Amino acid sequence: MKPAPFNYAKPSSVDEAISLLDGDATLLAGGQSLVATLNMRLSAPDLLVDINGLEELSGISVDGGTVRIGALTRHRELERSEVIAAQAPLIAEAVPLIAHPAIRNRGTVGGSIAFADPAAELPACLLALDGAVEIAGSGGRRKVGAGEFFRGLYDTALEDGELITAIEVPAAAGNQRFAVEEVARRHGDYGMAGVMASVTVNGETVEAARLVYIAAGGTPMLAEGAGAALAGNAIDEASIGAAQSALEGDLDPFDDMNSTAATKLHLARVMTERALKRIAGA
Amino acid sequence: MADSPVVTVHDRPNSYIGRSVPRPNVQRLLHGRGTFTDDIKLPRMVHAAYLRSPFAHADIKSINADAAKAAPGVAGVFTGKEIAELCEPWVGVLSHLEGMRSPPQYPMAIDRARWQGEPVVAVVAETRAQAEDAVELVEVDWAELPAACDMTAALDADAPVIHEEYGNNLCWERIVDEGDVDAAFDQAAVVVEDEFTFGRHTGVTLEPRAIISSWDPSEEQLTVYMSTQGPHMLQAIFAKHFGLEEHRVRVICKDVGGAFGIKVHTYGDEIATAALTMLLKRPVKFIPDRMESFTADIHARHHTIKARMAVAEDGKILAIDFDDLTGIGPYSMYPRSSGIEINQVLNLTGGPYTIENYRARGRVVFQNKPLMCQYRAVGHPIATAMQEALVDHAAQALGMDVVEIREKNLVPDDAYPTKSITGMPFDKLSHHAAKDKLLGMVDYAGLRADQEKARESGIYRGIGFACMIEVTSPSPMFYGVGGAPISAQDGVTLRLDAKGNLIVASGVTEQGQGAEAVLSQVAATAVGVTPDKIKIITGDTEITPYGGGTWASRGTGIAGEAAAQAGHALRDQVLEVAGIMLQSEPRKLDIRDNAVVDADTGNERISLAEVGRVVYYRADTLPKDYQSELIATRHHVPKKFPFAFTNGIHCSHVEVDVDTGVVKLLNYWVVEDCGTVINPLLVEEQVRGGVIQGIGGALYEECLYSDEGQLLNGNLADYLVPMAAEMPDIQVGHVTSPNSDSELGAKGAGEGGTGGAPAAILNAVNDALLPLGARLTVNPMTPERVLRALGKTE
Amino acid sequence: MPDSIDIPPVVVTATVNGERVSRAVEPRMNLVDFLREELELTGSHIGCEHGVCGACTVRVDGTIVRGCLMLAVQADGAEVLTIEGLSESGEIADLQENFKTRNAAQCGFCTPGMLMTAAELLAENPGAGRTEIRQHISGNFCRCTGYQAIVDAIEETGRNRGEK
Ligand SMILES: Cc1cc2nc3c(=O)[nH]c(=O)nc-3n(C[C@H](O)[C@H](O)[C@H](O)COP(=O)(O)OP(=O)(O)OC[C@H]3O[C@@H](n4cnc5c(N)ncnc54)[C@H](O)[C@@H]3O)c2cc1C
Ligand code: FES
Ligand code: FES
Repeated sequence: MKPAPFNYAKPSSVDEAISLLDGDATLLAGGQSLVATLNMRLSAPDLLVDINGLEELSGISVDGGTVRIGALTRHRELERSEVIAAQAPLIAEAVPLIAHPAIRNRGTVGGSIAFADPAAELPACLLALDGAVEIAGSGGRRKVGAGEFFRGLYDTALEDGELITAIEVPAAAGNQRFAVEEVARRHGDYGMAGVMASVTVNGETVEAARLVYIAAGGTPMLAEGAGAALAGNAIDEASIGAAQSALEGDLDPFDDMNSTAATKLHLARVMTERALKRIAGA
Repeated sequence: MADSPVVTVHDRPNSYIGRSVPRPNVQRLLHGRGTFTDDIKLPRMVHAAYLRSPFAHADIKSINADAAKAAPGVAGVFTGKEIAELCEPWVGVLSHLEGMRSPPQYPMAIDRARWQGEPVVAVVAETRAQAEDAVELVEVDWAELPAACDMTAALDADAPVIHEEYGNNLCWERIVDEGDVDAAFDQAAVVVEDEFTFGRHTGVTLEPRAIISSWDPSEEQLTVYMSTQGPHMLQAIFAKHFGLEEHRVRVICKDVGGAFGIKVHTYGDEIATAALTMLLKRPVKFIPDRMESFTADIHARHHTIKARMAVAEDGKILAIDFDDLTGIGPYSMYPRSSGIEINQVLNLTGGPYTIENYRARGRVVFQNKPLMCQYRAVGHPIATAMQEALVDHAAQALGMDVVEIREKNLVPDDAYPTKSITGMPFDKLSHHAAKDKLLGMVDYAGLRADQEKARESGIYRGIGFACMIEVTSPSPMFYGVGGAPISAQDGVTLRLDAKGNLIVASGVTEQGQGAEAVLSQVAATAVGVTPDKIKIITGDTEITPYGGGTWASRGTGIAGEAAAQAGHALRDQVLEVAGIMLQSEPRKLDIRDNAVVDADTGNERISLAEVGRVVYYRADTLPKDYQSELIATRHHVPKKFPFAFTNGIHCSHVEVDVDTGVVKLLNYWVVEDCGTVINPLLVEEQVRGGVIQGIGGALYEECLYSDEGQLLNGNLADYLVPMAAEMPDIQVGHVTSPNSDSELGAKGAGEGGTGGAPAAILNAVNDALLPLGARLTVNPMTPERVLRALGKTE
Repeated sequence: MPDSIDIPPVVVTATVNGERVSRAVEPRMNLVDFLREELELTGSHIGCEHGVCGACTVRVDGTIVRGCLMLAVQADGAEVLTIEGLSESGEIADLQENFKTRNAAQCGFCTPGMLMTAAELLAENPGAGRTEIRQHISGNFCRCTGYQAIVDAIEETGRNRGEK
């Protein structure tokens, strides 16, 4: 199971990387999704553009209420970062659920966001936190909100010749509560269902709730109806029930090898209850 | 011959039997210095890759390999027809499975492919990557045919017939009917009925199958390095099908990265690899990659069974009646056949219990899927899960405790020797002692109390038991009688070298189960040396005694016994020559800790190194009319019983998340009676590994197919194997009923874990769900299926 | 897909087990193939080539990675440690001893990757409990053992290191 032949380039700047991206070229970041597909010959590009040398894409920083995470930041760095633990606890809670240590050592934030697997944790976190994706291309840099970035199954707002340089999420505020609930067949597997919940409260009352579901549609799925059902209410049996009911309209799961769409919807409801009860109890 | 006062290995001073000594050969594996077949490079070696059928059933109208032949690095491209010219086809039937049929099978498809993954074109190149590049350039003109994939539908009148000459897709049918089943059902207080489905799964040895074949045309010698369980069997098969004498074929098996029955068959891609070296006159390596392995390795287990059990008011089992159907792919596998699994289900079901009325039908059908054959615990998980689920079901129907119903029906420990209703002779089993031992390990009353309490807070825990019997150490009644070149005997040669070290050679192979440790412990004990003096040689047909290899849990019971007997013979030889040297009667001497000693006092008389020195270098100092020998070979074959049956009992404790359908394994206990335990450390982790494989079948593993016969999860990300995080710790206990057919008394222990776990877990899950009225009769019990049973999803 | 002969080889210069090595290879060659085929360090194994089994686990610049999901050329300039080097360094002699006495290696095919993975946990957190150990090795497939002996061996090693 060896990859088809390809050429290899390792640019030393973002601009050089962008210039290499014309033609049948693919970016190589952590390689934890891409190299597997190359080995299986599911993809066979002419050129791999390895961005691992681009220091400027690494690192985590906070600037005026915004946490900026460079695209090349590894999952393991997120997992160990005190900044992430304090300012983006949702991400801190989600990252240990991604794969296994050796994979988290290599896998990157940018790769995860760009790959946009609907069952992946980080895209869902980005959307739950209403973050943004910073993109560089030959026409310069632009920022796209998470809501517009994820378009469809493995389809994003990235245009040919563009790369992700960083993601940004707002730093957690004191009145925000977070919870990740996920059910996977085995530890580290992509989840069968799961919710990344970010809830803003005013005392007992929910001001706004962004519940984002994995494996519940072609993209990470923001449940607007469920959010609306919670807003203005305390988290209790009634509001949880209302949020669960709304999921039928919010989510669009499909059958896969592990479970049917109906099961996924059921599981999403179960995850919802668990996440909300945990938030209410905190 | 020395007339030694010590008669058996059990009376030896400084015995290593029953001691948890580490395996002698493990150091190299821990340092990354093992030699697995893929680690070997031969001069001018090239690499094979196969174009495999993308369809379950299709005609090959034409093959154009011109572009592939011209691709960089390519040494040759060959079709099935070209390979067939060198090699006789094979037929995977055993004559004692009466009425079984299967057509001749060639190494690669010719004209028609019959499963997705069947090899069609072989490409050989300088590197595996280049071979794969060239495979992509081969053009095959396919004409897809309707396929018979679903095994139940394969018997329908309108199903596509895979082998037209047979008229339908039935490979074999066996019926057993003992006692008066209908009358028993009529009398029953309770009749329980279930329909079981066991998913098709596969072995997933971490090291894939692996072969390097090398043909020397000058000497007409075929050398095959192979990751295999049966070097001598493969030697016979290569020789037979390539028309060679057996001594012109040498099979060398270095370290094996797990086997479990996957590496004991005749695979077309491996036989073709031997043909490729003959065609190219260069060594050819072939290692199927993981995705190929999923469609090229044998699969196992897929069964659907309608079963019922009749039970009297007092819990006594009156009768079992079932109808089992299994799909085996388009051919019966050679040389073991694909009939043995269902044969085992028919033979073993009900085995732990006293049953007087028994009826079973087993049907084996052809279908367009990969071949199905013997994988670890052949038939046992199916037989045990069906039987034990029915027992639990009956207990529930009667309102009886699940332990109590078992106590009522288990064959009494003093009833042996006896026979099962299906005619399986049992030497000595210990179901009641094993159950008592298990109940000493499990706080059953405590678990029941905890279960009650947990239910109040909506937590559903369950306890599941499984009693079982296991076939080990088979006699020639298993395969040999059916005409297969599979030896039931095995041999061990012991040789003392000039420095007093012991060289042990055996026909069994090491694949991690500890065969070499067992040989070392038995030989050390029988001769009287310390294990550090021992060097073990296995896995080479040119230098080891002829034997069947490692399968059906036979290494310890059979080769272990041969080692004991060879040890006695060598000890006698040593004492004879030592007696001459010391002017002493041999029977007054003994060998202990590498020295000849006075049997009475234990005082050292002469070291084995000194004996070796004299025998090999200074034979002039020995009497002129005396010739010493320091080498002995003994073989052993089971004679008294067709199989050395063992027994065991499992208990599983689970928690079912009734909202997600996820089964959490809380705890697990097993008691096994495998006769004399040579090395508890090895047996226990062997049992645990077996349990984990059984858990794989119970909760995770299943080859999922589309209606068109396409494997949907043929990779390790989608085919789920048990990983560390979800697995429980497993407590293992022993009861010992020695094998009366050998001095050593050992039976096998390699498969009981796998045979019993699916039953114990099925029962535990159903016990947990009992108050919710849900019942599962399917493996694997995925969250989806659990939720379905609970009515939480449609 | 481009023709393999049209692709220029790339030069990989790395420090492998403390030794500087340099080879010209195809860009498509994975690190584990490079170690096995080019350097003949066959202790790192191949079990799936898609990142799931962990048999190919090696240490690159101080952290463990999947050798099948990294290209050889990406190791250019890196420090690579394989089971052979890790063994010779003596860093895991205690862990290897515990693997031996607990029978935590059966066929041994998963063992190098398992030891590599465990070594990282032990270096970071020798006090890890059984659950943590199980989760840490959850990406390393072992088909032979019941995992329990492996967990025992890692736990015991951590305990002994903690006491020192
Ligand atoms: C066994 C296994 C289990 C896994 N389990 C999980 C899991 O449970 N949850 C989960 O979320 N993930 C899981 N993953 C995937 C892992 O998280 C990957 O790291 C991640 O999906 C991709 O990140 P990467 O850096 O490795 O990207 P790569 O594999 O290098 O690239 C992935 C794709 O993104 C593109 N890309 C990469 N970086 C950029 C960029 N900066 N700009 C634009 N495009 C870019 C690439 O061209 C490629 O198409 C698993 C992987 C494996 C092997
Ligand atoms: S071979 Fe790399 S993870 Fe399996
Ligand atoms: S010991 Fe064989 S795979 Fe782990």
